[in-house]
Amino acid sequence: MTATDLSTPVPAIVPPGNHATSVRRVRSRGGRLLGYAALVLAAAGLLLPFFWMVVASLKTNNDVFTIPITWLPDPVVWRNYVDIWQRSDMTTWLRNTLLLSVVVTFLQVFTGSFAAYGFARVRFPGRDLLFLAYVGTIAVPWQSYMIPQFILMSKLHLSNTLWSIVAIQAFGAVGVFLMKQFYETIPEELSEAARVDGLSEFGIYRRIILPLSRPALASLALLMFTTTWNDYLGPLIYLRSPELRTIQLGLNTFISQYNAEYALIMTGSVLSVLPVAVIFLLGQRYFIEGVASTGLKG
Amino acid sequence: MATLPRTRPKYRRLVWRNTVAGWSFILPNFIGFVGLTLLPVAVLFYVAFTNWNVFGVAEWTGTANFRRLWSDASFWTALRNTVYYAVFHIPLTLAAALGLALLLNRKLRGVRFFRTVAFFPYITSIVAIAVVWNQLFSPEYGPINALLGAVGVDNPPGWTASATWSMPAVIIVGTWRYMGYYMLLFLAGLQTIPAQLYEAAETDGASPWQRFVHVTMPGLRHTTFFVTVLLTIESFKVFDLILVMTGGGPGQSTLVLSQYIYQKGFEENQFGYASAVSIVLFAICFGITVIQFWVNKRRNS
Repeated sequence: MTATDLSTPVPAIVPPGNHATSVRRVRSRGGRLLGYAALVLAAAGLLLPFFWMVVASLKTNNDVFTIPITWLPDPVVWRNYVDIWQRSDMTTWLRNTLLLSVVVTFLQVFTGSFAAYGFARVRFPGRDLLFLAYVGTIAVPWQSYMIPQFILMSKLHLSNTLWSIVAIQAFGAVGVFLMKQFYETIPEELSEAARVDGLSEFGIYRRIILPLSRPALASLALLMFTTTWNDYLGPLIYLRSPELRTIQLGLNTFISQYNAEYALIMTGSVLSVLPVAVIFLLGQRYFIEGVASTGLKG
Repeated sequence: MATLPRTRPKYRRLVWRNTVAGWSFILPNFIGFVGLTLLPVAVLFYVAFTNWNVFGVAEWTGTANFRRLWSDASFWTALRNTVYYAVFHIPLTLAAALGLALLLNRKLRGVRFFRTVAFFPYITSIVAIAVVWNQLFSPEYGPINALLGAVGVDNPPGWTASATWSMPAVIIVGTWRYMGYYMLLFLAGLQTIPAQLYEAAETDGASPWQRFVHVTMPGLRHTTFFVTVLLTIESFKVFDLILVMTGGGPGQSTLVLSQYIYQKGFEENQFGYASAVSIVLFAICFGITVIQFWVNKRRNS
């Protein structure tokens, strides 16, 4: 089990526009129609829960479950979106989550890409063994070492602070692995030429590699942002005070508090998904390439 | 770098310079990585052999925690449920992801839109997803049972309210959430298969099924392997989804290993015992990954 074993099966990023060579054309009209039918059906199934969520968030509470099911809200209750702010600490939750997501993303991208350069472009004794340790921990589920990690964080008096989440999320192997994969696709001759011109390793990273890796950095940033935004278990363990709650924790307490307010619960759910959905749709191309090129998640 | 002449002092200086450069790049991440990942993993193997709660001191108890595991019925239930989840979730997700990838690897109008749709569940939060699906699964008023009733199912399942149906419900949601993610990996794999292979197979008169078996499947071997490894780890560590959807219930019908670790550790403060369960989870994931690598290597040679 070597480091390359895990990294080889995954193809490098396919540049956009190059797909056509391997994408097969669908010849027959019947096959095409059948394909579309299957796709529309699959898409409907995949989207139905989201449709339900948005529709239910615009209904009166009594209308959420009616028989027969009403698929469109009548009347449309926009008030739910005002009520939720008054009846929950939505502002606090969103602020905490945003803060955590931005800080964790920044640290992952910064330290991850920096370390990845060391692994991908500088040759020194012990490097491959060190990288193997990074890759190896990806196969270790976080749930199996969350207890010793928690003990450690408690000793450092970091538990029940937002720092704990920053600490446990910001230095993961994900960023290092993703960026290393990308750096290895940049031709070595570029660095070689720069070395001949007298540029230091740091100069090469800063002036040549970093500008070239903007798409990969963007995909890592998106991946980390959504992972941190949606994390549930980390905050559940570490953030005990109500004022530290993230949107996931907050939403869950709201659900247990108002478990019969179906419509409002759906409103909260929409608000918890919306920011990530917008960011995903904006950066969707990078995101999908990033995942496809590394297969990693937080 | 490698082409430089190996005159000793010069070469040694270069190695030294590279080592300093390499470490200075790695260090900012490495410090956090060692302190917060490697160290905890190592400490796990100590804590598991102790009796330890948050405020107390660790007391070495040898294999006591593991002997306790052996006769702990809840642990075995959690282990069985985890395996149940994995045994259904892995093949289902694999098949759905591959199916979607094959559908979406064509030149169809709107293919991008469909890829985005398929990936969307993966980026949305567990809490929102769990609560929506619980509404959809609602035994009396939910649209799923209404639909089943409409197609003539007289006695629709009780889903998350029933001990028999709660795990299938969770597996359905898990598959729905993760298939888009693995679809992407398959798509990336499909795009590395040369189109000429398909054309050649077609001129030889191969049927679509034969093309799938003799061109697509071999071409995807690496991807399938990688997806299976990731999917296995993901299945064995399942937690958030189940915790928010069913809380492990009804009864212990959806209690899984990760949740049992959480219960023992963070709810009952039995860090030592919870660490022993953690080691079991660790061993399963690590063991399966090693076996998968070994099988893959043998198949390749």
